Amino acid sequence: MYSEKVMDHFKNPRNVGEIENASGVGTVGNAKCGDIMRIFLDIDEDGIIKDVKFKTFGCGAAVATSSMATELVKGKTIQEALQVTNKAVMEALDGLPPVKVHCSLLAEEAIHAALWDYAEKNGIKIEGLEKPKNDISEEEEEEDY
Amino acid sequence: MKKMIYLDNAATTRTAPEVVEAMLPYFTEYYGNASTVYEFGAKSKEAISKARETIANSLGAKENEIYFTAGGSEADNWALKAAAEAYKGKGKHIITSKIEHHAILHTCQWLEKNGFEVTYLDVDEFGVVKLEELKKAIRPDTILISIMFANNEIGTIEPVKEIGAIAKEHGVLFHTDAVQAFCQVPINVDELNIDMLSASGHKLNGPKGIGFLYIRKGVKIRSFLHGGAQERKRRAGTENVPGIVGFGKAVELAIASMEDRSEKEQKLRNYLMERVLKEIPFTRINGDRTNRLPNNVNICFQFVEGESLLIMLDMKGICGSSGSACTSGSLDPSHVLLAIGLPHEIAHGSLRLTLGADTTKEDIDDTVDAIKEIVTQLREMSPLYEDYMKKNH
Ligand SMILES: Cc1ncc(COP(=O)(O)O)c(C=O)c1O
Repeated sequence: MYSEKVMDHFKNPRNVGEIENASGVGTVGNAKCGDIMRIFLDIDEDGIIKDVKFKTFGCGAAVATSSMATELVKGKTIQEALQVTNKAVMEALDGLPPVKVHCSLLAEEAIHAALWDYAEKNGIKIEGLEKPKNDISEEEEEEDY
Repeated sequence: MKKMIYLDNAATTRTAPEVVEAMLPYFTEYYGNASTVYEFGAKSKEAISKARETIANSLGAKENEIYFTAGGSEADNWALKAAAEAYKGKGKHIITSKIEHHAILHTCQWLEKNGFEVTYLDVDEFGVVKLEELKKAIRPDTILISIMFANNEIGTIEPVKEIGAIAKEHGVLFHTDAVQAFCQVPINVDELNIDMLSASGHKLNGPKGIGFLYIRKGVKIRSFLHGGAQERKRRAGTENVPGIVGFGKAVELAIASMEDRSEKEQKLRNYLMERVLKEIPFTRINGDRTNRLPNNVNICFQFVEGESLLIMLDMKGICGSSGSACTSGSLDPSHVLLAIGLPHEIAHGSLRLTLGADTTKEDIDDTVDAIKEIVTQLREMSPLYEDYMKKNH
């Protein structure tokens, strides 16, 4: 059901991991729906995204879109990163099955959430960036057993 | 090709070679229509009655109580819709459970849209229907209780005998979807007071697209498919003779091997569960630990999503299934896992493995090793695991 590109990014996800003391971290989605993405950005003084890492709990499409999204923003300016829409992520992956389109939206939101975090930490305003609506920190605690 | 380990026998099974062999002549040699007068057609008729006899005997039923259908879904639809139609004079209330197969649940929803009232019984944390709730749910206008014999996801076997007794005491019809249980556990329709029972060929090493509905003599339900006089005028359509023959053969084989097979499967199944619980942290077994189908394992791995797990298992040649939303085609995880009280995020991380007669210990060891590796890998990638570890260390 997935394209070769999706399977490739699922099997060999790029940029998995964390960045310590990241410039910005964004987490979106919720465990109830089965998808959570967290993106870490390392942004330098010139506003270039020097490094990016992700962690994702989710299906094959969720992992692949996270991976592709990190590839698309790496080395870019903040403004360029804002142009990485869910459509761009999907196109780069040669498409997604209709039921999985929401996964690509999550990738876009995760980048925006990380940029928002960066802007807040630095007390700046990023042109064209709105406060992300989707953040798991507002969700209830995980239950364990 | 890489070796495949098939652990999805609850989805479907390999058609046994003996079954295929028994079927073949009914495609190529004895292709006559069973409804014809000439000798040639009688060959088909005889084969159908032999299969019917085998199946009736396996349930302690009479031959004229077995009606062949095109599978389990049709048998479920027929039982519910036709009983509703036949007994609506008495009342319009039906009782079922929250963990039924969609062939039952979606039929019930359709009936609700058509003037019937349906009570969906809760189950306990192991997936067992609550008998007290059942008793309380019965009303003067209740016409049918439909509770599955065993659940297809978590393998829990329902207290069918008790349900049958309750139904009988209250003069309510009792239907059971035995698609997963038939030929896995012994069933006698008289001892269990079952009025109707659905079963399907492809779950027991028989062919796909063939099933039956057992209808106790005296139960009023009528035809579901109108047309010719086949199946005592209750199910029209030229018989699927090769399918029926194959189903009969599969039942013959499965009944003969049932005891040994379930003992072997149970041993391997328990070994699998023990290894997983011992070697992989944050793991739970779903369903009743002892009162379950011998070949079923259902496990939740916390912080892991089921579809990812399945794809990675597939990459290692292992076939399983999951109740995660992503595999159900909706945004919600399996209704069965939610009904036993699992939170959404844990239900998303479920894995069902269902063993078959050919499953070996080596298969199980390879599978557990693969699961261990994959779960570790996925947890390393999981923000939920990260949060949990940070909070607790
Ligand atoms: C419990 C149960 N009922 C009904 C069915 C449907 O059977 P069939 O595939 O023969 O229509 C299945 C199989 O998926 C099942 O597991």
